[in-house]
Amino acid sequence: MSNLTVSNSTLALGFSLVLVALVIGYVEKLRIDKDIIIGVIRAIVQLSIVGYVLKFVIKANDNWLTLACFVIIVLNASWNAAKRGNGIPKAFQSSLLAIFVGTTITLTTLVLTGSIKFVPAQIVPVTGMIASNIMVAIGLCYRNMKQTYTDRHQQVLEKLALGADIKLASLDILRDSIKSGMQPTIDSIKTLGLVSLPGMMSGLIFAGVDPVKAIKYQIMVTFMLLASTSIGSIISCYLGYKQFFNDRKQLRDE
Amino acid sequence: MEKIFEVRNLFYQVGETKILKDINLEIEQGKYLTVVGPSGSGKSTFMRILASMISATTGEVLFHGKDIATFEPTKYRQKVSYAFQQPTLFGKTVRDNLAFPFEVRKQEFDESKVIKYLEMVNLNQTYIDKSVNDVSGGEKQRIALLRNLLFQPEVLITDEVTAGLDTENKAIVHKMLNEFNQRGLTILRVTHDETEIANATDKITIKDGVLQNV
Repeated sequence: MSNLTVSNSTLALGFSLVLVALVIGYVEKLRIDKDIIIGVIRAIVQLSIVGYVLKFVIKANDNWLTLACFVIIVLNASWNAAKRGNGIPKAFQSSLLAIFVGTTITLTTLVLTGSIKFVPAQIVPVTGMIASNIMVAIGLCYRNMKQTYTDRHQQVLEKLALGADIKLASLDILRDSIKSGMQPTIDSIKTLGLVSLPGMMSGLIFAGVDPVKAIKYQIMVTFMLLASTSIGSIISCYLGYKQFFNDRKQLRDE
Repeated sequence: MEKIFEVRNLFYQVGETKILKDINLEIEQGKYLTVVGPSGSGKSTFMRILASMISATTGEVLFHGKDIATFEPTKYRQKVSYAFQQPTLFGKTVRDNLAFPFEVRKQEFDESKVIKYLEMVNLNQTYIDKSVNDVSGGEKQRIALLRNLLFQPEVLITDEVTAGLDTENKAIVHKMLNEFNQRGLTILRVTHDETEIANATDKITIKDGVLQNV
């Protein structure tokens, strides 16, 4: 741990990097200075609170408290994913189910295979990693779905008019949307180690862990993210596409 | 002749705008009914309601004496098929399109049947594997109509399907539809084409959402 030299004073000096972003925004008249300042303040406040909460949870080492953290993370991720599905009915419920199932299956597998232990120091951060990745995947699925139902509106109508069920009429959209949710994870896997040294691995190396051991953890994280984004994308898309139709199997915006 | 459709006190509105006002109509099985009226008068909306693509705000549509709301929508649309003015072809090839009705009915693709139907609309078997980007507008409409007719429905609703087609393509479409009508297919045709209107034996007019003459 002696490698970690970030202190309050080094953080304050590091704040100069934010000024770089502010200066660029000002010079280029991007009008994002307010967003940057709010973003930075939020990041500092949120992370500080989370740091103290995590310290308490890890120290308490209580199963119920660990599960409570799991629930809070899943609910928050679902709420954020649902915002990206604005206009899709029951987006929160679909996101909640997708994130809950995706996170639970992945976490359970990791615990049962002995990859991680059921202790707050491992469960809480891993839950956060899984849920946030599913959240991003669902957001992409929803965005793709909304866009393609608009773009292929006529085609869906024609398929329905030929007597197709809503699933057959939406099959192309469904496949494209699931793929759009999974694609960033697949793309990032391809460049692992070549372009990026991801957070988990970097964190362990920073903390002085042998890089070969850190890589093993990163490979585990890769498997975990691939599984969880697949599960999350499939569940959210299969629940989401139905919301574009009414009970008479008609497109809702017709 | 048995009544295939009975429409009673049908209204359709979007927000405060009334699109269709108190439509009452009976249509006999086997008819070739032409629906005319100015653009925006509600003809297509009425046809879409009959095809169960949208639902009436109030009123009833009976199909063989039964409220269409009681039918399973996909089964109903296989009986009452709707053809669009500017159809899109799905997938990559003509095959993808003509295989679709088989897929809907979970049946194996019957190439010999498809070739027979293609010939009916003056397209030979080489068209099956043609790219959808390589067919002309007229051919596209003929292929799209075949999607509706490969499994003969009881009713075919055509919404200005000959609009924008040249004389030759129009003649092919008319011939095909007449043949199917003679085989018992009920056809409801929305059109603005003066020749089609002049040649129509059964006609109704919708103006400002109101049925003018029955």
